[in-house]
Amino acid sequence: MTTTVIRGARIVGAEQQSDIVMADGVIVHVSAPGSASGDLVVDADALIALPGLVDLHTHLREPGREDTETVETGTRAAAAGGFTAVHAMANTDPVADTAGVVEQVWRLGAQSGYCDVHPVGAVTVGLAGQRLAELGAMADSAARVRIFSDDGKCVHDALLMRRALEYVKAFDGVIAQHAQEPRLTEGAQMNEGIVSATLGLKGWPAVAEEAIIARDVLLTEHVGSRLHVCHVSTAGSVDLIRWAKSRGISVTAEVTPHHLILTDELVASYDPVFKVNPPLRTAEDVEALREGLADGTIDAVATDHAPHASEDKDCEWQAAAMGMLGLETALSVVVETMVNSGRLDWAGVVERMSAAPARIGRLSGQGRPIAIGEPANITLIDPSAVRLITPEHVQSRSRNTPFRGRELPAVVVATFLRGRQTFGAA
Amino acid sequence: MKAHLLSATDLSYDDALLVLDTAAELARVADRPIKKLPTLRGRTVVNLFFEDSTRTRISFEAAAKRLSADVINFSAKGSSVSKGESLKDTALTLEAMGADAVVIRHGASGAPHRLANSGWIRGSVVNAGDGTHEHPTQALLDAFTIREHLTDGHGDLAGKRITIVGDVLHSRVARSNVHLLNTLGAHVTLVAPPTLFPVGVETWPAQISYDLDSVLPETDAVMMLRAQAERMDSAFFPSAREYSRRYGLDSRRMEVMPEHAIVMHPGPMNRGMEIGSDVADSKRSVIVEQVANGVSVRMAVLYLLLGGAPLVDEEIA
Amino acid sequence: MVDAAPKSVMTDSDINRAVARMAHEIDERTNGANDVILLGIPTRGVGLAQRLGARLSEIQGREVPVGSLDITMYRDDLRRRPARALLPTEIPARGVDDAVVVLVDDVLFSGRTVRAALDALNDVGRPRAVQLAVLVDRGHRELPIRADYVGKNLPTSMSESVRVHIAEHDGEDFVTITSGAQQ
Repeated sequence: MTTTVIRGARIVGAEQQSDIVMADGVIVHVSAPGSASGDLVVDADALIALPGLVDLHTHLREPGREDTETVETGTRAAAAGGFTAVHAMANTDPVADTAGVVEQVWRLGAQSGYCDVHPVGAVTVGLAGQRLAELGAMADSAARVRIFSDDGKCVHDALLMRRALEYVKAFDGVIAQHAQEPRLTEGAQMNEGIVSATLGLKGWPAVAEEAIIARDVLLTEHVGSRLHVCHVSTAGSVDLIRWAKSRGISVTAEVTPHHLILTDELVASYDPVFKVNPPLRTAEDVEALREGLADGTIDAVATDHAPHASEDKDCEWQAAAMGMLGLETALSVVVETMVNSGRLDWAGVVERMSAAPARIGRLSGQGRPIAIGEPANITLIDPSAVRLITPEHVQSRSRNTPFRGRELPAVVVATFLRGRQTFGAA
Repeated sequence: MKAHLLSATDLSYDDALLVLDTAAELARVADRPIKKLPTLRGRTVVNLFFEDSTRTRISFEAAAKRLSADVINFSAKGSSVSKGESLKDTALTLEAMGADAVVIRHGASGAPHRLANSGWIRGSVVNAGDGTHEHPTQALLDAFTIREHLTDGHGDLAGKRITIVGDVLHSRVARSNVHLLNTLGAHVTLVAPPTLFPVGVETWPAQISYDLDSVLPETDAVMMLRAQAERMDSAFFPSAREYSRRYGLDSRRMEVMPEHAIVMHPGPMNRGMEIGSDVADSKRSVIVEQVANGVSVRMAVLYLLLGGAPLVDEEIA
Repeated sequence: MVDAAPKSVMTDSDINRAVARMAHEIDERTNGANDVILLGIPTRGVGLAQRLGARLSEIQGREVPVGSLDITMYRDDLRRRPARALLPTEIPARGVDDAVVVLVDDVLFSGRTVRAALDALNDVGRPRAVQLAVLVDRGHRELPIRADYVGKNLPTSMSESVRVHIAEHDGEDFVTITSGAQQ
């Protein structure tokens, strides 16, 4: 068996640097720097070691839109971003609403080997919001689906949402809601506010998100189930989730990196790289989201990585698709907005980008601490490095990152999935 | 002046007066036997109209031709665009044909911005109306018309009270006018039912009112916006009758306006809906002049953008 | 290098004498014709045209029409600078058709301004004849253009600059020449 030694890394939470020895997919030894030896040595002096990151919300686009991303290219991008597990959303073509499709995606992930792929199952057949999909079959499949979401669309029918929340209790599943009241957002293009009034773009009111969350947390309480709220984007949503948690309701929430840093003022350029669902909101919303992530109201950061073909972004705003890349810049954005501003320490980052997402997804082998006996899922970060984001150099097949031309801190140097290096120079 | 005219906010106070004064001089060309000036000879102006608008297109065409420019008309119907060709590919085709200026009307707000800033074309971009965003040359011809009647054709509009009535939420004419009228020193009042004001309108430099009757006695010029009956389907107002009764300019309302006050409309009109037929045809109505003034104003814009050395914007949007 | 001090070429009384003389010359050469109109080329040609017109009206005992003709749109060097603001063109009510149009300008130099004025005039109508009156002819023609009436012939070198002030525009009357100034 091959042993790999990560030499001199600083494990989050530890006072001193350590050597980490991995063998057979497991951490077998943690000791003082320079003391361990092995077949492969990775020099990690001045680097921080985190448990491999886990993404609750990714679009891998396969099957159906392989021109924009495949499971292979998407997981390669994930590994480059420090992720060892991702949850692949169900809005593929065909939709992942059967055991067959989720198993196909799961298998593609295993074959590519860059990170673990956990398919998310659709809540309703074809995402049409009419009938429940075979949630049980997907849960029992080889993909062991636990998170169900119609993401891209909202489960807006109150009765259907209630039934879905009840049904998944049987297998410890969770409904991840994309909160968007469709009647209030028909044809909407950007956040409704001062900027949309000036730019002449149809507005997307915050209440369209908040009203659904309010309803859903009450339903969750009533039926005694578990709810997860996708991509929270408004201050009002944060307030609602805080209230729900204070009542003991079993709700978790995620926020995207882009909602932690970008505002609707960027839309003034009419550049569709900033077009996303939910839309970029105001500075007040960004502040509330950062506070919510810091105090734990928001449990996790999830990328909502959404690759798009260039012809779907290189056009006028109305004609453009919604979505931004996120896997390769997520950690940097969290460091920029939360760590460097003093709101969160590295232990907090581990909790929000690895431990909590793994718990919500019920992944027993991910989000574990770096300690002897644990799976060797490790990400090495250079916290002091800065890099310029250039779309030409991303691992994703698509190029729609809103951070092009921007300098961001904290560079992922290497990623290990059960002891095998999936990213970084050898 | 900036290299493109995308929004009324692209015009400073001096720019706006320059356009109006230039338009005043150019208006006289219409009185000459030879209604032409050689200034844009050898320049190509493309009218890129993705939305039907015979009136505006003809206005720009006349303006360009009176300056001796070559005009190419590209309208979306029956063209490759209706077969799904993208804005980008259309633009690249025009660039290959050597357009010095592209006058664009498009249903998507921000399409002229994309055209100007994407690097697809090198010429000047003139926004002839983009979605519900702006229509800067309309605001210019409106200001020109107001000036002719209220300030003897000279100077700015300081202290003039202009009332704009109608679907502010969806009106690019309203947005451009609010910007330009403020630049020229006028006081703007907007009147509409609450459903037709955008969220955030209270931050605009204008007074807001839901009551047309209270505003009319204090106005020097009233601008009626087109009310689309289709808006009823999205519950913006209950019926055409109710809209017309509460927000339409009929002869009774016209009587309470000050004697010198003028009635304007960007066209096309819904006679009987937002404006009574007798009002549209009355002595106070300057609607037909607005159209004529459109040509002079557009000549001025084309001359100032293309008539000299190429303009370069200092900051890239 | 410091500018040399401007040297006076014409004082205010010189200018007025020249204007009076030119008015007599116009009257002579047009045989007292009653279809003469003066068009000043903005900016300073306009004030001069008004003064010349007033003198000519005195001599002829009737009102001589005076107007202005802006040549901005007809310049051959338009593309070298950003688009310039237009100046007023006011054609007298009787128009230019079959009239003797006397163009009036302050300085005749390369002749390009006058060429542009002839093109502009062509788009306004068809005069019977076109003549040119200038206050100062400083030579260095680049086109086959000559003045019919000259206030003062002033041979200059290219490096010299001639400055004209006209009361109607500048509040005072003078013509000066400044030599060899570094630009």
